[in-house]
Amino acid sequence: MSEVIVITSGKGGVGKTTTTANVGTGLAKEGKKVVLIDTDIGLRNLDVVMGLENRIVYNLVDVVEGNCRMKQALIKDKKYPNLFLLPSAQTRDKNSVTPEQMTKLVEELKEEFDYIILDCPAGIEQGFKNAISGADRALIVTTPEVSAIRDADRIIGLLEANEIHKIDLVINRIRMDMVNRGDMLSKDDVLDILAVDLIGVVPDDENIVISTNQGEPLVGSDAPAGKAYANICKRVMGEDVPFMEITGPTFFQKLASVFKK
Amino acid sequence: MGIFDSFFKKKSSGEVAKDRLKLLLVSDRSNCSPETMELIKNDIIKVISKYMEIDAEGLDIQITQNNDETEGPALYANIPIRELKK
Repeated sequence: MSEVIVITSGKGGVGKTTTTANVGTGLAKEGKKVVLIDTDIGLRNLDVVMGLENRIVYNLVDVVEGNCRMKQALIKDKKYPNLFLLPSAQTRDKNSVTPEQMTKLVEELKEEFDYIILDCPAGIEQGFKNAISGADRALIVTTPEVSAIRDADRIIGLLEANEIHKIDLVINRIRMDMVNRGDMLSKDDVLDILAVDLIGVVPDDENIVISTNQGEPLVGSDAPAGKAYANICKRVMGEDVPFMEITGPTFFQKLASVFKK
Repeated sequence: MGIFDSFFKKKSSGEVAKDRLKLLLVSDRSNCSPETMELIKNDIIKVISKYMEIDAEGLDIQITQNNDETEGPALYANIPIRELKK
C-alpha cells in the first residue's frame, strides 16, 4: 500500500521544502521506500536541501515529456539507498506540466514506492494544482503567524474542494519563550483557528539552518527540530506518538552551545 | 474606535493575532469581500436613516463567528444613533 503525500502551505518560506526533506528522510530511516518529488518548476530547491544538487541529470519535465525513463531521472540519496529524489526543472515554467501528467507520473511511482512525497510550490496557481492532483493526503505547513495561518486556511478549503480530506497540520518554527510571554500564537490557538488534525509541532531551531547549509536533513538527530521531525514521521506511518513539550533552551543547552563553537 | 483601541491595548500581541485571524477567516471563508461589506453597510445606512438619525461614520459591521460553533457565522452591526426621529 503506497501513499501519496503533498506538502503544502500557500504562503512561501514557512518550511515546506525543509519539511519534505526531513519527513522523506525520516520515513526512509524507518525502512520505507520513499521518493521525493520537487514540483516547484522554475524554482527548484529540494535538491540543495537534500545535498543532491550535483547529481542531477534529468528532471521532472524530462520524464513527463518522455526525454528519459523514470529510472534515469531518479537520484539516489547519499545515505539511504531506499530514498530517491525526482528534481524539478530549473529552466522551465509551471505550465510545462499538467495535473493529468502529474497524476500519471505519481501512479507509475506508486508501483515501486511506499511513500511518494510532493513538495508543493507556494501559491494556489498551476504549480499547486499539479502538486495536489495525484495526492491521497496533505501535510500543511504553517508558522504561528497571521499571514501563514490565513493562507493555510485557504489551502485547506481548496484541498477539500479537490476531494483531499486527509489533512494534517505541521506548526513550524514555534518559539516557546514568545508563546509563554503571550507574543506568539500557541499550538492550541492555531488548532482552534484552523480546526484540522495536528501531526507535529517543530520548534524554531538554528540547527535547521546548519543542516540546510550542509545539505543533510537533521531528522532523527538530538536537535529539537530533529526529534520533532522524527515524531512526525512516526505519526505519518500511523503510530500514536505523544506530543513532546517544547521548551526554550535550558541553561545547560545554552552552555553546551557555547562550547560547540 | 476609541473604546476598541484601549480595549485591545491590554491584550498581548498573541491574543490580538488570534482575534484578528478569527474575524479575517470568517470573512475569507464566507467569500464576503470588503467591497460587498461596504455595499451592505451603505444599504443599512439608507434603511435605518428613514427612521432615525445615525452616525454613519461610527457604523461598524462585521461577520463574526458565534462562540457556539454550531450556530454558524453572524452579521454583527454596531450602529450609533444620534437622534430618534419623531
